[in-house]
Amino acid sequence: MDHRSLLERWLRGIALALVVVFFMFPILWIVLMSLQTNETILRSPPSVVFTPTLQNYAALISGRLETEAGALDIAFMSNLMNSVILSVGSVALALVLGVPAAYAFARHRFRGSEDIAFTLLSFRFAPPLLVLLPLTLYFQDLGLADTYFGLIWVYQLICLPLILWIVRGYFEDISPDIELAYRIAGHSWWATFRRIALPLAGPGIAAAGLLAFIFAWNNFIFALVLASADKQPVTVGALAFVTASGIQYGQIAAAVVLSIAPTLALALWAQRYLVEGLSLGAVKG
Amino acid sequence: MSAPLLVLDRVNKIYDPDGPNPVHAVRDLDLAVNPGEIVALLGSSGCGKTSTLRMIAGFEAVSAGSITLAGRAIHDLAPARRNVAMAFEGYALYPPLTVRENIAFALKSRRRDRDGIARRVAEIARLLEIEDILDRYPSQISGGQQQRASLARALIRPADLHLLDEPMGQLEPQLRAHLRGRLKHFIREGGLTVILVTHDQTEANALADRIAVMEGGVLQQFDSPARLRERPANLFTGAFIGEPPMNLLEAEVEARDGRIIFRLKGGAPLDYPAGELSPALLEWLRRGGRVTLGVRPHRVRIGPGGLPAQVLANQWLGDQSHVAASFAGGVIVSVEHDRVPHGPGAEIGLTIALADLHIFDPASGRAIGHGGRLVEET
Ligand SMILES: Nc1ncnc2c1ncn2[C@@H]1O[C@H](COP(=O)(O)OP(=O)(O)OP(=O)(O)O)[C@@H](O)[C@H]1O
Ligand SMILES: [Mg+2]
Repeated sequence: MDHRSLLERWLRGIALALVVVFFMFPILWIVLMSLQTNETILRSPPSVVFTPTLQNYAALISGRLETEAGALDIAFMSNLMNSVILSVGSVALALVLGVPAAYAFARHRFRGSEDIAFTLLSFRFAPPLLVLLPLTLYFQDLGLADTYFGLIWVYQLICLPLILWIVRGYFEDISPDIELAYRIAGHSWWATFRRIALPLAGPGIAAAGLLAFIFAWNNFIFALVLASADKQPVTVGALAFVTASGIQYGQIAAAVVLSIAPTLALALWAQRYLVEGLSLGAVKG
Repeated sequence: MSAPLLVLDRVNKIYDPDGPNPVHAVRDLDLAVNPGEIVALLGSSGCGKTSTLRMIAGFEAVSAGSITLAGRAIHDLAPARRNVAMAFEGYALYPPLTVRENIAFALKSRRRDRDGIARRVAEIARLLEIEDILDRYPSQISGGQQQRASLARALIRPADLHLLDEPMGQLEPQLRAHLRGRLKHFIREGGLTVILVTHDQTEANALADRIAVMEGGVLQQFDSPARLRERPANLFTGAFIGEPPMNLLEAEVEARDGRIIFRLKGGAPLDYPAGELSPALLEWLRRGGRVTLGVRPHRVRIGPGGLPAQVLANQWLGDQSHVAASFAGGVIVSVEHDRVPHGPGAEIGLTIALADLHIFDPASGRAIGHGGRLVEET
């Protein structure tokens, strides 16, 4: 049954196409740039006709950057690895800490629970620099500066509130009676949490985890201040492409493509579960 | 008589006690349920029925008082350790599981053998007529079907006590009446002890051995259906139980010349020989003053003689007549089993036998006498 007129469908199609082009064009352009040399990128006027080359990727992966001023060592692959370690580590930790906490905040009203939850959220409002300065000093004293552990800890400022608040909403949407029906059948609250509440909130947890991963992946300022060269993620590492002899657009583009890839892959993979969760529906009692 | 299975002793529930609007949902509730008994909780919406069940099940903390089940004080135990089964007002089926799995998960936790579980599920599904939807998901079935699935899940579990919160509220009257018989048979067969909440008095009368009437969080009366009808403890139960509701008449008591006269508004006298009243009731009434009289519509007789009344409406319901008449400054309803010829405006005579008269104290609402005897004598 389609009672929309042909014109209306055309207009909708055009509008959708515009939106897609608007959002996808920069990515497409970056991909094209990553396959060109600096000379072809910088020629004027720009053109989409060129002979593709993989030399940017090769340079990144081998870690040697050839510039007019000579060869330069870059640590892009280890930066990428650092990004993976930091993002995965902090999301995992945030899930382990945040999901049970979200459940507690959703199910139990205790003294000050609202205040604690709000305080955690307020970490998101504070400018990062506000906490960074004291943290740097403390971390140096504690020996946490420039360790994965210390960085993952600080990344909780980003991930934990996100996961806590999103997942809490999902838990609140589950009728408590569904859990009680299971508990009264002789199951402990822990078994109920694992077998009833967690699966029902699964899509929400996946969404929150994905979002937290993206935020952690894109973080710049914490890593810039607290990490030295060998712990830096790609966001900070990319600064190395701004060299004395100019900006290496080709390599930057290739680096961007490589650093988008994991998030994109994760999003595509998680999407299945997100959609599955939505179609399961009728979680509310 | 054996010791009661469940004892509620001065149980109170206050929601949000420290908040700005505390709700005292259940007040000083005493209730004792015998093993194998079916008890119905009856009362208007919001009177605290669900709160009571949830305290027994352990989903709400008891604010004050104690609950004992099978000799154990359970009010501080986790729900899992109370050995109680419950069917929820909102069904609470688990969405990712089929109806069959939902029903079975109450048993699975007990590690019963697969064949045994399958047999039990099939049996209960046949009983409640949900065999054809066993393999569907809760989101794919109707409200009434969800309700029966949730009832099945509660009934299938062996437990000391089964709590059923409005177990058949979503079903059409025919199916409800039909399932009611089977349900009762199943409960008796299995020797289950059941507390069920219902809004349907017919259902309460048909299923329950005793009915607990609640209002405003207070237990009004806990008695057999027959006694609730014949011996209401106060004005509330009197008016709440029975359809159509009891007729209530304000009266002034007068005792003279060996007769007791209840002078109704407008002067009409209900006049009985004092000798037909028990001496104790007579003594109480001799003090004079105001009383509220109650009489069930089925017991108001239309016929020659009697007090004058004027018909306002006369409805034949297919098996009985409901006649509303203006009487003693108000309206009185009479139910007759035959057709009544009088149309609106007709003058009729009404008789009310002393045996059918309930006398209440208008100030406190407490019942004083039934059928010519003091409450304490009945
Ligand atoms: N969680 C709660 N917090 C605060 N007040 C509540 C809560 N649950 C119930 N109440 C209040 O307690 C009173 C009793 O509620 P309850 O659910 O026991 O009524 P009920 O007799 O089951 O009514 P119904 O017949 O409509 O199901 C009501 O006034 C209700 O508003
Ligand atoms: Mg209720």
